[in-house]
Amino acid sequence: MALTGLFLILFLVIHLIGNLQLLAGDGGEAFNRYSYFMANNGLIQLVSKLNFTFIVLHVIYSIWLARTNAAARPIPYGGKAKSVQATWNSRNMGILGTLILLFLIVHLKSFWFEFKFGTGLPMIEAGTYDGLNFAILDAYTVVATAYSTLPYMLIYVVGMLVLSFHLYHGFQSAFQTLGLGFSSYKKLIEVIGVVYAIIVPLLFAIIPVAMYLQQA
Amino acid sequence: MSKESLNLTLKVWRQKGSKDKGKFETYKLKEVSTHASFLEMMDVLNEQLITDNKEPVAFDHDCREGICGMCSMYINGRAHGPQRGTTTCQLHMRHFEDGETITIEPWRAKPFPVLKDLVVDRSAFDEIQRAGGYVSINTGNAPDGNAVPIAKKDADEAFNAAACIGCGACVAACKNASAMLFVSAKVSQFALLPQGQPERKERVGKMVAKMDELGFGNCTNTGACEAECPKGISISNIARMNREYLGAMLGPGN
Repeated sequence: MALTGLFLILFLVIHLIGNLQLLAGDGGEAFNRYSYFMANNGLIQLVSKLNFTFIVLHVIYSIWLARTNAAARPIPYGGKAKSVQATWNSRNMGILGTLILLFLIVHLKSFWFEFKFGTGLPMIEAGTYDGLNFAILDAYTVVATAYSTLPYMLIYVVGMLVLSFHLYHGFQSAFQTLGLGFSSYKKLIEVIGVVYAIIVPLLFAIIPVAMYLQQA
Repeated sequence: MSKESLNLTLKVWRQKGSKDKGKFETYKLKEVSTHASFLEMMDVLNEQLITDNKEPVAFDHDCREGICGMCSMYINGRAHGPQRGTTTCQLHMRHFEDGETITIEPWRAKPFPVLKDLVVDRSAFDEIQRAGGYVSINTGNAPDGNAVPIAKKDADEAFNAAACIGCGACVAACKNASAMLFVSAKVSQFALLPQGQPERKERVGKMVAKMDELGFGNCTNTGACEAECPKGISISNIARMNREYLGAMLGPGN
């Protein structure tokens, strides 16, 4: 969980930096150039395969974890458990993770699948952008169209809220599992984890909200 | 003035033996002194049950001084009851309200089978200890004071880990019934001191393997164990054990 989780944490940062170009205010040029680069770079494609692998491993391992942990207490307590320290999200990472997986299916269907296998996609004609003498996909318009509907935009906001809760526990938990969560830097990891869990999903969520408002 | 005595309703887990299914029984107990410990309250209940010609409730206890780790009981959804940093024997009835219903259950974990009522078999902990929680070299007489210098920080951390009394509250409180806090305390106390070095890697590997084999759950770092530990063992010990374990897996030999 820790190793795959940390890879996905790193991936989110790269993904976020790329996506923030959607808000560049240049009619989508930066984002279209970027998505063309991402879709045609061998190394990026390799990392993307790795990323999918890690998501699958993260899910498979979590299922095994949930099953063995449930087996360790075959008879549950009759009284209501009152943990004074364990946070709700730390106790319900499986539920949060399942919600994120559902979000991910919607997200990949709308963009990844659409970009790869979609037909009749909007294109940027050759010569529109400086130095590009061939047509490229107008990924910006696809994204902007998707975010122009309120329910779809809200799915993203809720998805990012769930992600935030997942990361709030996941970040520091990964370091603890790898044996790095003690001594003087325990506090530092916790602080970075909280900042990360708030800032990254927040910036992700700002993109659909801003793009929705621009078109409203 | 707070009340000097309480009238309580007790919901107690009754189970005739390890094969029995077991169920909750409700008992009324009148005028329990707020100065009584929780176990003394149980003694009063048992006196009443004996008078009524009923089977008294079986529960574990020994020193009643908070140091042996024998008493258990999952009280109102918390291991060792509502007060932090105490065993059940050191929990006093003043922490409860008059007229309150108190739910009392045994520790619940697959490796801790219920023997009778509130008594569970915690010999799984002994098995983990036998797998490596010792120093097998003959160290001779106690060395002279300060003959082997140990940093104050290491000595303190080793002592804090060694404070573990093996009561099993960590397992009981963990949503996964994981024994990581217990095992990590035992691993840490040796990993920090010179006597523990020769078998350091072998020890952590064997103890963790035994823990998994016995059917304890996995640690998901919720921190519930730390909050219920009567001796305040920190989950930093779990991080240390994870590091020790990774080190042992990556590099063989001690």
